[in-house]
Amino acid sequence: MNPARKQKLTLVLLGVFGVSVAIGLTLYALSNNINLFYPPEKVVAGEAPEGTTIRVGGMVVDDSVVRASDSLKVSFQVTDYAEKVTIKYEGILPDLFREGQGIVAEGQLQNGVLMADVVLAKHDEQYMPPEIAETLKNKPTDEVSTY
Amino acid sequence: MARTWQWFHRWGSPPHVFHAGRQWQLGFGVAGFALLMLGWVWGLAFAPVDYQQGNSYRIIFLHVPVAFLAQSLYMAMAAAGLVLLVWKMKIADLVIQATLPIGAVITFLALVTGAIWGKPTWGTYWVWDARLTSMLILLFLYLGGMALRPALPSDVAGRAVALLLVVGVINIPIIKYSVEWWNTLHQGATLKLTERPAMPASMWVPLVISILAMYCLAGFWVLQRLRTLLLLRESKAKWAREWVGEKYGL
Repeated sequence: MNPARKQKLTLVLLGVFGVSVAIGLTLYALSNNINLFYPPEKVVAGEAPEGTTIRVGGMVVDDSVVRASDSLKVSFQVTDYAEKVTIKYEGILPDLFREGQGIVAEGQLQNGVLMADVVLAKHDEQYMPPEIAETLKNKPTDEVSTY
Repeated sequence: MARTWQWFHRWGSPPHVFHAGRQWQLGFGVAGFALLMLGWVWGLAFAPVDYQQGNSYRIIFLHVPVAFLAQSLYMAMAAAGLVLLVWKMKIADLVIQATLPIGAVITFLALVTGAIWGKPTWGTYWVWDARLTSMLILLFLYLGGMALRPALPSDVAGRAVALLLVVGVINIPIIKYSVEWWNTLHQGATLKLTERPAMPASMWVPLVISILAMYCLAGFWVLQRLRTLLLLRESKAKWAREWVGEKYGL
């Protein structure tokens, strides 16, 4: 390669490298704001602010969903398998909401309980036909990708 | 090595790109159309339903191909940008011009199909999570590249656009790893190069076919625009006049 082009190439690549480092550091510094939600562990540890709107995400704990018989009020717990947080919500839950499902709830913390305004369902990267899901449910291990 | 350079320089010659590109365009068009029919009929009609999402997951056969393509077209354009900045090959500038609007449309399609999918599955059209936001930035990079050219004097415009695109490459790994680096509502990758896909073959085979189809169709579309731009730019050259004369009897 002729020297002028080599110099140009080095210059461009250095520029890209410099900007990447700058953006990398910025994103690292902002990582708390970029995360969409707090996991329950951080909420219990007191790292999530009370009184402002935040999001909490985790798996809905089995047998924790309690629905009011005369209204749309519902209360359930979410976990990150380290800690649990109770969430209270009034309204229609997304179709994918169920026990064991990942969800993200938006609302305000009051004495460690999240009073949610919005509940969003998160789904994972696994896709499978219902029959396979059924057979997997009856297996003790969760080897999902064994077919 | 000398061979590689020879190849490289041959593809810098407008008549060669124009004529050989015609064959490639035809191949991409036929392959893309056939593969898309196969992938979509298989995916939309014959692939099994998903155990959680039911039939609504089938938008994956459009969403994932366009989302992949949005990033690949960007990388192709950025590579052309580097060639323009370092080797000053004029054709690279045309490659960028040809690809920019296509990439913008494809990225827009990825965002829209994602939103349509998001409403029934997540319960919202849009959320400011890292994956969705970085894809939106990709759209802005495409639109920015399109807006920058007419805003500058023509002798520097090409290089300025190329520089913007090359620096914007940083966004691509951010899009890819956003779902791993941060908590997002968007799920992780289903298709990975190093691991078995997290779906059965009856779902991922039509998905991969649809992805290949979309790449071929993009190749067709980019070549179509590139060849038209070449003809416009070189309209005074002998090869261009001969071709137009033969084709339209002018």
